[in-house]
Amino acid sequence: MVPILTLAADGTDRVMLGGAYVVDDFALVFKGFFLLASYVTILMSMDYIADGDYKEAEFYFLMLISVVGMMVMSSSRELITIFVALETISIPTYLLAGWRKHDERSSEASVKYFLYGALSSAVMLYGMSFVYGLSGSTLLADISVWAGNGDIGVIGTLAILLTLVGFAFKISAVPFHFWAPDTYEGAPTPVTAFLSVSSKAGGFVGMIVLVYAAFAPDPAAWQTFMWVIAAASMTVGNVVALRQKNVVRMLAYSSIAQAGYMLVPFAVAPDGDTAVAFQATIVYILIYGIMNLGAFACVIAIARRTRSANIESFSGLFYTSPTLTVALTAFLFSLAGIPVLAGWYGKFVVFASVLDAGNTWAIVLGVVVAVNSVIAFFYYGNVCRVMWFHKPVDGDAHPIRVPAALRLGIALTMIGTLVVGAFPQLVAHVSDLAPFAPTFGG
Amino acid sequence: MQIIQFLILAAFLFCVGVYGVIVRKNSVLVLMSIELMLAGVNLNFLAFSAMLNDTAGQIFALFVIAIAAAEVGVGLALVILIFRGFGVSDFNELDEMKG
Repeated sequence: MVPILTLAADGTDRVMLGGAYVVDDFALVFKGFFLLASYVTILMSMDYIADGDYKEAEFYFLMLISVVGMMVMSSSRELITIFVALETISIPTYLLAGWRKHDERSSEASVKYFLYGALSSAVMLYGMSFVYGLSGSTLLADISVWAGNGDIGVIGTLAILLTLVGFAFKISAVPFHFWAPDTYEGAPTPVTAFLSVSSKAGGFVGMIVLVYAAFAPDPAAWQTFMWVIAAASMTVGNVVALRQKNVVRMLAYSSIAQAGYMLVPFAVAPDGDTAVAFQATIVYILIYGIMNLGAFACVIAIARRTRSANIESFSGLFYTSPTLTVALTAFLFSLAGIPVLAGWYGKFVVFASVLDAGNTWAIVLGVVVAVNSVIAFFYYGNVCRVMWFHKPVDGDAHPIRVPAALRLGIALTMIGTLVVGAFPQLVAHVSDLAPFAPTFGG
Repeated sequence: MQIIQFLILAAFLFCVGVYGVIVRKNSVLVLMSIELMLAGVNLNFLAFSAMLNDTAGQIFALFVIAIAAAEVGVGLALVILIFRGFGVSDFNELDEMKG
């Protein structure tokens, strides 16, 4: 954390290896975010891993390797480095998802995640090989020159789309989301939090870098693709989340829908102010990370006693553990985007980017966002209703004992959610970043 | 143009790999199909690298080989885990969670 702050105070961009690896404000913001997010994830893991007779040292080792991959990802501006960073993020998480070795569901989670992950990285590499062959370079700066040259042809478009598919998988956008609900449900819950926040943000960082630094001059190749997966992710994620009985599975679908909101600025970026869209995605990722980690921390704390994450097992929670109930309610309302909690500002910047573009397709997408936000109220609200108004199931009136580390994790994310919600200019300032050099053409 | 032949062969390898991943049930064969896809990718990189007279493609291919080895290592570990633990050698038989 300290080197990042000193570099941030220094303010100059550092460029290494001929532009392949840079340390600029964008990289520093995300390095800081990844460090904080993994810190909170480790706080959440400590008691979970210690209680469950799992291997402890290897768990943290693999998690930190994955964090190293994220650090590299936020600085890389070159195809080989991006690929290596993506695999460094992914491979340890395949293993982490299967950490409950004797539970068939955990192994299933791991196998599904691995299969889809390996398949999608092969598809992404195939796209990258054509991007390299057509542009003649692996540096994103050179690729943007190629994309700006006018006609890149059918193969060029296909190459760009195949490359983006790999990242669409990583961020679990519909229709590349099939692994996500099963993996999220089967994996140990702290790992699920890690996958749905850090690993997803890692995929988004790769996508932001590729789209804004390399493919930006040719929006015709990818704008429609982004529009479709953004709309599909929001709609499918929210509608399927409505009928989930398990809170973790519901959060999995909700995180698919949230990925859709984050994709919206990509789809409208070429039509409006690029900087607005660029910052909208970043702000949304940062806010989503804080509130989603908080929600998972609360679910872990509650599931320590209930031993299940079924929505019914949450009933009457207010009568036994009011603090935890209030915290979880706050995080869920924040995810739904109710003001004063951080989530509203994320929604606000997304809408701002849509209005900034202002043409018909952008407005249609804005309407999709609005409708989906309303749908989301139902399932977030349902969990809260069960917790506040139903009677406790088992008649166990003892409050849930929350371990100190987990309590610290909840407190940190709660402070983050409240402060960012009340003073959004804090994040707005942090991510007041200039987009990368290439500008949109066409 | 010489390069076309390489690209067609690479595309063929890649498609055979995709077909294998989708159709094959046995977990080891699925892993081999993914390797086949990556072989197609590597051939692409090498062909382009030779055409452009640029070494970056060869370096990329080396990285792909190294990382594919790591990935298959994890994949085989998972195969052994599900085979020893649950007596299953077929990824498709794992379907506890649905919906």
